Amino acid sequence: MNAPNPSGWRPAMGVAAPEGFESPTVSGDRALMLEEPLIFELREPGTTGVDIDDLELEPLDTLAGFLRAEAPALPGLTEPETVRHYTRLSRQNYAIDLGPFPLGSCTMKHNPRLNEKLARLPGFADVHPLQPQQTVRGALAAINELAVWLIELTGMHGVAMSPKAGAHGELCGLLCIKAAIEARGEDRTVILVPESAHGTNPATAAFAGFSVESIPATADGRVDLAALTAKLGPHVAGVMITNPNTCGLFERDMKAISDAVHAAGGYVYCDGANFNAIVGKVRPGDLGIDAMHINLHKTFSTPHGGGGPGSGPVVLSEALAPFGPLPWTARMADGTVRLIEEEDAATEMPTSFGRMAAFHGQMGMFTRALTYILSHGADGLRQVAEDAVLNANYVLRSLDDVLDAPFGAAGPCMHEALFSDAGLAEGFSTLDMAKGLIDEGFHPMTVYFPLVVHGAMLIEPTETESKAGLDRFIASMRSLAERAKAGDETLKSAPHFAPRRRLDETLAARKPVLTWQG
Amino acid sequence: MPRYFTQDHEWIEVDGDTGTVGITDYAQGQLGDITYVDLPEVGAVLKRGDAPCVVDSVKAASDVYAPVSGTVTDVNEALGDEPELVNTDPETGGWLFRVTLADAGELDGMMDQAAYNAYVAGL
Repeated sequence: MNAPNPSGWRPAMGVAAPEGFESPTVSGDRALMLEEPLIFELREPGTTGVDIDDLELEPLDTLAGFLRAEAPALPGLTEPETVRHYTRLSRQNYAIDLGPFPLGSCTMKHNPRLNEKLARLPGFADVHPLQPQQTVRGALAAINELAVWLIELTGMHGVAMSPKAGAHGELCGLLCIKAAIEARGEDRTVILVPESAHGTNPATAAFAGFSVESIPATADGRVDLAALTAKLGPHVAGVMITNPNTCGLFERDMKAISDAVHAAGGYVYCDGANFNAIVGKVRPGDLGIDAMHINLHKTFSTPHGGGGPGSGPVVLSEALAPFGPLPWTARMADGTVRLIEEEDAATEMPTSFGRMAAFHGQMGMFTRALTYILSHGADGLRQVAEDAVLNANYVLRSLDDVLDAPFGAAGPCMHEALFSDAGLAEGFSTLDMAKGLIDEGFHPMTVYFPLVVHGAMLIEPTETESKAGLDRFIASMRSLAERAKAGDETLKSAPHFAPRRRLDETLAARKPVLTWQG
Repeated sequence: MPRYFTQDHEWIEVDGDTGTVGITDYAQGQLGDITYVDLPEVGAVLKRGDAPCVVDSVKAASDVYAPVSGTVTDVNEALGDEPELVNTDPETGGWLFRVTLADAGELDGMMDQAAYNAYVAGL
């Protein structure tokens, strides 16, 4: 059999519009690069996707003051036009199914299709949150199975499944800490947050009614244990630590930190957003952690961002589990699983701090995460952590000769590689590198975060990128770094090949236009 | 009127028992384009080191720390419509708030312009 395409010939790609032409086509489209107006600009009054008979009904009296005087200015499109509108818009977007999202601290990894298949089983997909519990025993058993795995993987005592995402999980953990302190009859008002923590941590502490005190980082990017210990006292309710932290480094003193906080009567909250770097390797419970949220959409591959709702179960230590939120999953003596809710909280969970979400959680995310866990198994999950760390270190060492890696000399990183803007030519910034990546066909990395590094570029390849894929990304990054160091002015006006050129982010933030101006 | 600087890049200009506070030209350059300034309430009582004010830029939201203890007497309302004043005129028209000084002794040990320039040159 002949090899396919033995000559190696393939047609050249089209180029951008010739100089001087905004668009060389009448339609505005350029072949597969489609121009699409706002949906309101497509309006043809009277057009709808469905035919509705004219109804001759008298308006209800109860609507009197609110009866519309004229028809609302809705877009008028047929069903195929509506489908095309959103599909055409989606062609201008970037997606995890098109290429890597190297966003550090976001963990954008592949969503396995097996997850999707199982999440669509009618017994999981079609349940209603108000169904009687005895009609959803299978779904409840699946939630409990996931809960058991999360407890086992973290070495903790219990888990609250209802929090909706990471920051909601943080709030859940801090409300548990607050309830535990109140139950001891104490008044502790301060939460310590290191500089290397996630930005949501101080916001959550403030929202939960605590005041926040900052702990400085050491020169090697970790929590300053001595500075933290010096701040402990009878007013400190706890600490919030991200581990691995946002510099992509493991907090080596975690156990010593936990011991010191416990000795001072406080609790330890760990932001588990980066658990994917240590899953199967380190059990947070062994590090003395009292509460930690797990982003199912990061560690356990459920869809993320615009792709699906987050889910942030919170694992709790023996000290905090009795204070967890309702509803709470419990396995009964007869083997069935049920939810403890308000009507039986007085006997089953009397110290619960109460309800923080209308229903029990994101069933679709639970099913996907459980599928991911069961399809990987214990050995597969360990390899997830190993490959995530290996990939990040491959990126770190493949770029640290052209970009400044502020903590590179200190040893390997965890799941994300951190670079600074040191060494770029005068006038060239991290933002130019990010915009250049768009032209290269990649989603930009995380920029200007964490704040402890000047002009930070935080890259998280995740474990699902192959070596060949990483090599393509690295080649683009090396090229951009060399252009930025050589002062290549064309980089400052990137992107050149995207559906839109560089946008005025400052104007958009200062004078946002958030509604259709037609 | 004497002007003092902090290591966190705030300046305070003292006139009698009132101080006018802003961020330095170096600070605005590091932050990039300012998009919003969250000012304190007039009448707010500040302790030195409190963070009564937040400056949002395209890069980050950054706390501005009170260089002295005191009570807020005035805020720069013009920043509501023109936050870019902090970029274009950080050390005069882009001032943030005014405080009555609770303890003028807190000014001791703060940097003057020359010391601050040397401090920034070493960063």
